[in-house]
Amino acid sequence: MNCTEFLGQLTDYFDEKTATELRAELEQHMAECAHCTVTLNTTRQTIEVYRNNEPYELPEGLRDRLRQAVLAKCATIPKRK
Amino acid sequence: MAITTIQDADAIHPDILLVERVKQGDLTAFEQLMKQYDRQIFRIAQHITQNREDAEDIVQDTFLKAYTKLDQFQGNSKFYTWLVRIAVNESLMRLRKRRSSKTVSMDEDVQTDEGSIPRDFADWTPNPEQQYRQSELAEILRRTVQGLPPGFRTVFALRDIDGLSTEETAEALGLSVPAVKSRLLRARLQLRERLSRYFRIPNGEQQA
Repeated sequence: MNCTEFLGQLTDYFDEKTATELRAELEQHMAECAHCTVTLNTTRQTIEVYRNNEPYELPEGLRDRLRQAVLAKCATIPKRK
Repeated sequence: MAITTIQDADAIHPDILLVERVKQGDLTAFEQLMKQYDRQIFRIAQHITQNREDAEDIVQDTFLKAYTKLDQFQGNSKFYTWLVRIAVNESLMRLRKRRSSKTVSMDEDVQTDEGSIPRDFADWTPNPEQQYRQSELAEILRRTVQGLPPGFRTVFALRDIDGLSTEETAEALGLSVPAVKSRLLRARLQLRERLSRYFRIPNGEQQA
């Protein structure tokens, strides 16, 4: 397995969707390739850092205002059957 | 017969029951759906448009559109996936408006592999977040994701931030599963490469 093939399997590997045999090949490649090991670890960290630090939160006050605005508009739409 | 009915009702996603109530004219059921998903829709819209005002408008437009088009919801997909699809379309439309001369689509910039080939092979510190203050970190993450082509950051936002499955992401974006996988890989690798500048172990590079 070369590095390009390794990267191609990265998504399935993270999702634990890799068949046992292929998984063993990936792990074998990692044992031999420091670059791919770093790439895998830091890619995992990339996902985690974004998951743990969501930069876009909707403040409660704004949330209520948006919801009320939508519901007010919905109420003007003719009733469904 | 009665037992069968109860079992069937058990198998139905709670959202579908709410949708049915909305179809009967029950606005409180719609309010409940909004409370359930408005934060996620806002987040997705922010990630795609990178513009707060737009994201606020998109939340409103998405739910309003969902309400008026509810009859078109077939119930063979999850309500949330259907809602995300509306939000993504609204987001891409806004993005197009802001860059009047340039077309924006899910296919933009995906022909190139530039930036998707790993070059930085330094290890990161074990807890990279702790190197920065919260506000600094937020700025780094924002700026980094901003640099991705819209087609990449949309897939990244749905799959990694929002937590949709690959199949749901494909459905919400009208893409094939392999197309989602390929965009996701490149998005993750590009983000990794850019974040490496901030999170690599100082003076401990293995090899550049």
